[in-house]
Amino acid sequence: MAAPVFRFDPVELPPEALKMRVEVREFIKEHAHLMGFSKADFNRDFSKAMGRRGWIGMTWPKRYGGRERTAFERFVLIEEMLAAGAPLSAHYTGDRQSGPNILRFGTEEQKMFFCPKIAAGELSFCIGMSEPNSGSDVAGTRTRAVKIDGGYRINGSKLWTSNAHRADYCILFCKMASDGKEEADRHAGATQFLLDLKTPGVEIRPVLNLLGEHHFNEIFLTDVFVPDNRLLGKEGNGWNQLTSELSFERSAPDRFLVLFQMLREMVRMAGPTPDRATAAALGKLIAQLATLRGMSLSIAGMLQDGYDPNNESAVVKDLGTRYEQDIPVVARQLFPTEPELEAIDTYVSMIARSTMNAPRFSIQGGTREILRGIIARGLGLR
Amino acid sequence: MAMRDETRMLLESMNRLFEDKSTKQVIDRAETGVFAADLWRAVAETGVPLAALPESAGGADAEWADLFAVLRVAGRFSAPIPLAETMLAGWVGASAGLELSDGPMTVGPVRGSDRLSIERDGNGWVLSGKASRLPYPGSVTKTILIADGPDGEMAVALDGVGGAGIVPGKNIANEPRDTLSFTRVRLDADAVGPLGQGVSRGALYRRGALARATMMSGALERAMDLAVGYAQERVQFGRPISKFQAVQQNLAVLAGQTAAAVAAANLGIQALGKVDAERELFLIGVAKTRVGEAATLACEIAHQVHGAIGFTKEYALQLSTRRLWSWREEFGPDPEWAARVGAYACANGADGLWEMLTAAQTAIA
Repeated sequence: MAAPVFRFDPVELPPEALKMRVEVREFIKEHAHLMGFSKADFNRDFSKAMGRRGWIGMTWPKRYGGRERTAFERFVLIEEMLAAGAPLSAHYTGDRQSGPNILRFGTEEQKMFFCPKIAAGELSFCIGMSEPNSGSDVAGTRTRAVKIDGGYRINGSKLWTSNAHRADYCILFCKMASDGKEEADRHAGATQFLLDLKTPGVEIRPVLNLLGEHHFNEIFLTDVFVPDNRLLGKEGNGWNQLTSELSFERSAPDRFLVLFQMLREMVRMAGPTPDRATAAALGKLIAQLATLRGMSLSIAGMLQDGYDPNNESAVVKDLGTRYEQDIPVVARQLFPTEPELEAIDTYVSMIARSTMNAPRFSIQGGTREILRGIIARGLGLR
Repeated sequence: MAMRDETRMLLESMNRLFEDKSTKQVIDRAETGVFAADLWRAVAETGVPLAALPESAGGADAEWADLFAVLRVAGRFSAPIPLAETMLAGWVGASAGLELSDGPMTVGPVRGSDRLSIERDGNGWVLSGKASRLPYPGSVTKTILIADGPDGEMAVALDGVGGAGIVPGKNIANEPRDTLSFTRVRLDADAVGPLGQGVSRGALYRRGALARATMMSGALERAMDLAVGYAQERVQFGRPISKFQAVQQNLAVLAGQTAAAVAAANLGIQALGKVDAERELFLIGVAKTRVGEAATLACEIAHQVHGAIGFTKEYALQLSTRRLWSWREEFGPDPEWAARVGAYACANGADGLWEMLTAAQTAIA
């Protein structure tokens, strides 16, 4: 039978996930003053409060600070938080990918040291992947590690590192120095380190985004010493580890809920009895969102069953970013206004923010072209 | 969630059946107006057309979800038979206790604006009104219609098309879509019955829309299979065109739209029998809207990848794309359903949007 290439099996949310939704909504109500639109706020107090509830790393083993909850409960938690615009930035990278990466490839000491702190909302991670000359082509990293007595000496630089100026640790992707020889295998020597951002030789400089905001950074690494016990996984296994980490990154429902509050404002502007064209334009967006939710829930089901949703995650991210980029486009057709970032009117400010933010959706976490390349590989075309 | 074994076995055997019997030759012949009787017989022998009915009514108490999954397979193979119509006719007719047939049946009205009415006439009834663009009326043994009676909607069973005036028509996949009109057509008392619980003209329209969305998701899978396969075979500039990034990117979009269509149709299928009529309308609306959008994008790409060969009658792609272009308009085009989805969300209010979405999907998932 011509089996579907990608699996999006319908799933049923178990009762504990429904219970979770009630608890999260209550929590969000208590913290209503911290909820905002598409700001990706970094708030350690909020992260610690979530940590106290056991809502960071909640699917991890209890031994490492987790709660051994299901992927469905986590799905519900994350989607509720994203839809409400909760300030997740201080823990989200650790929760979504750094922690799982450490649990999968780290030593016992690393798991015991890092994971409980991440789960408590006390330790913030960022992603040391892109470089000035290595964006989509991650394997082209020029950052080099040299084995020395007791550890490694690292030189190079990283770029587009969100929250590096506020985070504690970075999972650094680089290559082992190869005495000037160019390896035929572009993935050879790739290695990940757990880098304490307070280490001497680490310099972090801001890169303002086009909204004038400081999220990105450039990290310069000059003779940075990383001890042996902060090598993550194995020397040379960095590419496999990174692929696994990116699969975690892309499988979350955060690729289509960033602008949910804007959709909500559009429904408000439309009023209870919109004309047919307005209803149809909003209905089309809502149908896309409901479908993306269904697909994302299927991915949670795959994670719960222990399948790697690499291809399916790429599909959802590609469709999800398209949908989110359509939101401000549809908004300006239905309810035109001159965008102004600091406008008092919520909608006017939202359309300004979302219009300016839209380009990044199909760049961060893998560009549209890279994702479609992954999908094409899944189809057996490359 | 893993598919149940019996569902998988059913789908595998139906896939084999359609692959063997719903060949291009059979479809081409059906498109000239000759009913695909052999294909119908083979499908009827499986019991699938009336399987949803209770055992007491000659069915097998099958799950609607399984039967819709079969419709997806039928759509994958462009099956030129009224399978969805017979399933729905059986559902409406059996709910009203009407005598059915084990042959092909059709059902209506399929247009939201069409109205039929019945009045008492002695011991029996008379039927008046119009049912536009019914599928396959010329080949059916029964036509099951929902008409307005003195005490609300009633089901009507006609042998063949009864005493209808027929204006023939067809969709662009050359599937018969004939308009029936009735001018005080006399019916026996036992040809009319009150509709069962949950059955109404609105419910029929919703299930019809979902049937088309589901068949479309199958047709999209087929169009994608053909495009992916063709791109790997067709050599230009010294290599298969699948090696060109521009083509790969197009096929990736096609695969994404196909996956979204299957997932969207599943949302509607999961809703059947689990939610109230309003939420069913919303979720089936999501399905028809999203599948329609996917079909429009995907047909364009599937043809683009195929180049000129895909534009020929000889090559099979057009069997799927002409059906997609037809079915996306039937039981309400996607913009009509999108307007329903949007109206439902707006009536529910901005502040309740998230709760509405999660509640509608939670009820089924």
